[in-house]
Amino acid sequence: MDMEAAKMIGAGLAAVGAGLAALGVGNVFASFLEGALRNPGAADSQQGRLFIGFAAAELLGLLAFLVAVILVFVA
Amino acid sequence: MAAEEGKVDPMKQFQIEPIFGSENWEIAGFSIAFTNSALWMAVTVILLVAFVYGGMRRELVPGRWQMAVETMTGFIDNMLEANIGKEGRKYVPYIFSLFMFILFGNLLGLLPIGLVGLHPFTFTSHFTITGVLALMSFSIVLIVGFWKHGIGFFGLFVPHGTPVLMTPLLFVIELFSFLIRPISLALRLFVAMMAGHVLLKILATFVIDSLNAGPLLGATVGPAALILMIAISALEILVAGIQAYVFALLSSLYINDAENLH
Repeated sequence: MDMEAAKMIGAGLAAVGAGLAALGVGNVFASFLEGALRNPGAADSQQGRLFIGFAAAELLGLLAFLVAVILVFVA
Repeated sequence: MAAEEGKVDPMKQFQIEPIFGSENWEIAGFSIAFTNSALWMAVTVILLVAFVYGGMRRELVPGRWQMAVETMTGFIDNMLEANIGKEGRKYVPYIFSLFMFILFGNLLGLLPIGLVGLHPFTFTSHFTITGVLALMSFSIVLIVGFWKHGIGFFGLFVPHGTPVLMTPLLFVIELFSFLIRPISLALRLFVAMMAGHVLLKILATFVIDSLNAGPLLGATVGPAALILMIAISALEILVAGIQAYVFALLSSLYINDAENLH
């Protein structure tokens, strides 16, 4: 296979990671909302943890994006 | 990548260009010219100082401006007290400056002043700048940790109740996850800002190219892309706030590790 084509296919495959991270981020917020509706009194105190979970899930999607950018523009 | 003829290059917006002092302004082979990145950082700092100075009237019944500033400082103060405890309050100046600098930088980069011919530049979309910010947080963690706990700071890498057999393995894993922190901290902000801005420019390309491609595409793809672009712009404002908050939050969590060792 041509090197250029392989890079583009790799970058496309990296987009799968970004999509999966979207599932992760959605799961974080969905679970938080589910818990918050059950016990609204405890929701506000857990917002810090919500964003830590969000940041951790999001980072992996951003890494996938970075892999794609490196493949297209740098490698 | 050079732009092809008649194409919009989405990466052009991240180009650093010297505004003045490009000739012979060098220290040890590195150019120290005043760039557009430096200009926007200066604008951010000036606006930030003006914002905080306007709220420093110390009236008993605060006006709107003072209320706005006190809300921001109170927000950071609460965050540090919740994450670190009472001794966390001495980090309020640092975390507040960090948070406001990133927030103002993110938001200024989204200003639609391209309409009047100026080019907004998001300096937080460069790894050099977010990297330095992350290194500052990481240095504070290292300095405070070793200052307060001495060699006992390495106890951070061995959680309580670890079996002796597992200690070397856990030490390596924890050390690695500790050392990756500044990189992940910097990467998160930089990639989030860059991805959003690239997406906005690509959608803008869709609008322009579809209008050039003829009446059918111009009437279908163009408006759809424009509406999507407006929605993504709103999302970008949200992301600008969230990323600044996450950066400040994670910095305060890492400082908590140095202060309290788990």
